[in-house]
Amino acid sequence: MTIPAQALRHEYLRHNKTFPHVWCPGCGNGIVMGALLRAIKRLDVSKDEMVLASGIGCSGRMPTYLDFNTLHTTHGRALTFATGVKLANPALNVVAIMGDGDATAIGGNHFIHAARRNLNLTAIIINNSIYGMTGGQYSPTTPFGSQSTTSVYGHIEHAFSISELAVTAGASFVARATVYHADLLDKLLEKAMLKRGFAVVEVISNCHVQYGKRNKLGNAVDMIKSYKDQAITVAKAKKMTPEEREGKITIGILEDRDMPISTEEYRKVQERAAKLKEKA
Amino acid sequence: MSEQNKKPLLLQGNEAIVHGALVAGCRFFAGYPITPASEIAEMLSVELPAVGGTFIQMEDEIAGMGAIVGASLAGTKAMTATSGPGFSLIQENLGYACVAEVPCVIVNVMRGGPSTGLPTSPAQGDVQMARWGTHGDHPIVVLAVSTVMDSFTITVKAFNIAEKYRVPVIILSDEVVAHTREAVQLPDAKEVKVLNRIRPSVPPDWYKPYEGDARGVSPMASFGDGYRHHVTGLIHDEMGYPTQNPQEVEKFHKRLSRKITHGFSEIQMTNSYYMDDAELFVIAYGSVARSALRAVQDARKNGVKVGLLQLITLFPFPRRTITPLLKQCKAVLVPEMNSGQISREVQRVNQGRCTVVKHNRIDGKFITSWELYHRINKMIPPA
Ligand SMILES: Cc1ncc(C[n+]2csc(CCOP(=O)(O)OP(=O)(O)O)c2C)c(N)n1
Ligand code: SF4
Repeated sequence: MTIPAQALRHEYLRHNKTFPHVWCPGCGNGIVMGALLRAIKRLDVSKDEMVLASGIGCSGRMPTYLDFNTLHTTHGRALTFATGVKLANPALNVVAIMGDGDATAIGGNHFIHAARRNLNLTAIIINNSIYGMTGGQYSPTTPFGSQSTTSVYGHIEHAFSISELAVTAGASFVARATVYHADLLDKLLEKAMLKRGFAVVEVISNCHVQYGKRNKLGNAVDMIKSYKDQAITVAKAKKMTPEEREGKITIGILEDRDMPISTEEYRKVQERAAKLKEKA
Repeated sequence: MSEQNKKPLLLQGNEAIVHGALVAGCRFFAGYPITPASEIAEMLSVELPAVGGTFIQMEDEIAGMGAIVGASLAGTKAMTATSGPGFSLIQENLGYACVAEVPCVIVNVMRGGPSTGLPTSPAQGDVQMARWGTHGDHPIVVLAVSTVMDSFTITVKAFNIAEKYRVPVIILSDEVVAHTREAVQLPDAKEVKVLNRIRPSVPPDWYKPYEGDARGVSPMASFGDGYRHHVTGLIHDEMGYPTQNPQEVEKFHKRLSRKITHGFSEIQMTNSYYMDDAELFVIAYGSVARSALRAVQDARKNGVKVGLLQLITLFPFPRRTITPLLKQCKAVLVPEMNSGQISREVQRVNQGRCTVVKHNRIDGKFITSWELYHRINKMIPPA
């Protein structure tokens, strides 16, 4: 089912909010937003039930424009607020949207513990390999050797893989797409939102303004196209050596497992506690 | 709980805070263990699930504070409890609660600082931090408990203020109050006045989450209620959307202050003892107020005209109550387990009217009544 963009805009963009938005033309954030709205539409989640939480960064501005219960939190902390919302009202459908710096530098501790805790939450991380909003400083996913405003002599630290981190930390569902692979992204977001448990979708995205330009990666279109060439499927990646995988982006579902969800486990705790209280 | 309440309970301050929170309707706690506050978390981890509430131990205090803001936005009364090092960590999201006007209660059981400091010693070193700890200009409500019974009643009041004014409220306890056991007769839950936030009554399309009524407070919708709205830590307009328009920014700040100024008579709580004919008086708060009361009573036995003003509300500083007393008396003694964090407020209000005598302990030791009794005697002007 293709959903006309205009219908999506009419249904989900805030009418009483003054645009334009803060994003640069061509920014990958818009593609992720479109994919998220299509997933919500397909899953037919009511707007009143949807809570979209974000941290601080360019990505963090997304909730401002969308007609849900929206929560623009502090830098790195989106998942902590989301945890409170979800536990207080488990009926709500809570999605957190974060940047790479947001989720894995300042918010890294919250991220791994949210994955370990396995609440029924969806986390979308827009990984553009840079601190976009603050002007292009290096982030935990900035590649070794690359340029940023705080690594003009070449970056000397190693990037880590957000998705692998999520798998190791215990997330129920982990998937990766790029902003080139918009159809795949739609499907992965849909699956993530349906998943019972902590679901992570990492989206490789272009910040041509702060990252691309400095590293001679061309404009938005060039960067987005480059993801097409770099992408390999999970199945293909499995057959390759680590050396062969160098410079590639593995896309698809990296983990999908069923584990006890702490929201539901806590219901059992409540029942146990109430029974004991009655006896006492 | 009402069953238990018929007979006196032997409780420590931390436990009384839990009783107060539960009676006030708190149904969510998130936090991180720390001495001397951990008993609050431990007891709530037992009690909350039994009443359909939620307890969660987070990965740090930053997360604990974030989670209680989230829970409150989803419509649940929420609190956290910590001590110095954790109080440092909550400041970031405490500021968020101030700006986004999210009702919640933060207990800081003070211990010696700075840094890891003196984990098991009493102190009152976090008073100005409670006032100004989170960055930026902001009003804040800070309450201090001095007894086990206080720990119950003031916790209920803290939730009531939080709900009525849509603000975070800080309760300062200290190691002495937290761990002292006393027999207390808690009131029946039904007799305790409990306030809840006002929910919007207009249709969702008309709802302006940050418009403010005559008092400056807006009705608060919960996520999921059908009143979809935006919550942000950026300065925002009446709809909650970010703004940099100077008029809107100023209006926003003024409204936050106005809420509190309008509520002064209710928010600013003090207890006054023997003040009618007092020529000298003591201003004290927290566990030190107890020592001060005893010292004042002992001095009164010798005919010394001394009184006590116990501050329950530290901020907004209760200047309206204090100013006339500074005019009435010749001298005021301000004992504190810090270098003078409230005495500077007293001096600010005093403007030279009355002699302000500081009495400070920063050695991790409690200020005793004996110590204060002698100090009062030294202040008696020669006949
Ligand atoms: C505690 C704190 N430290 C620093 C900042 C400044 N800051 C704002 S956004 C940001 C980085 C954003 O980068 P990223 O999370 O990758 O998101 P992007 O802007 O690229 O979407 C930083 C450091 C802040 N807001 N709060
Ligand atoms: S700075 Fe980068 S991440 Fe931010 S809006 Fe522009 S292109 Fe997007």
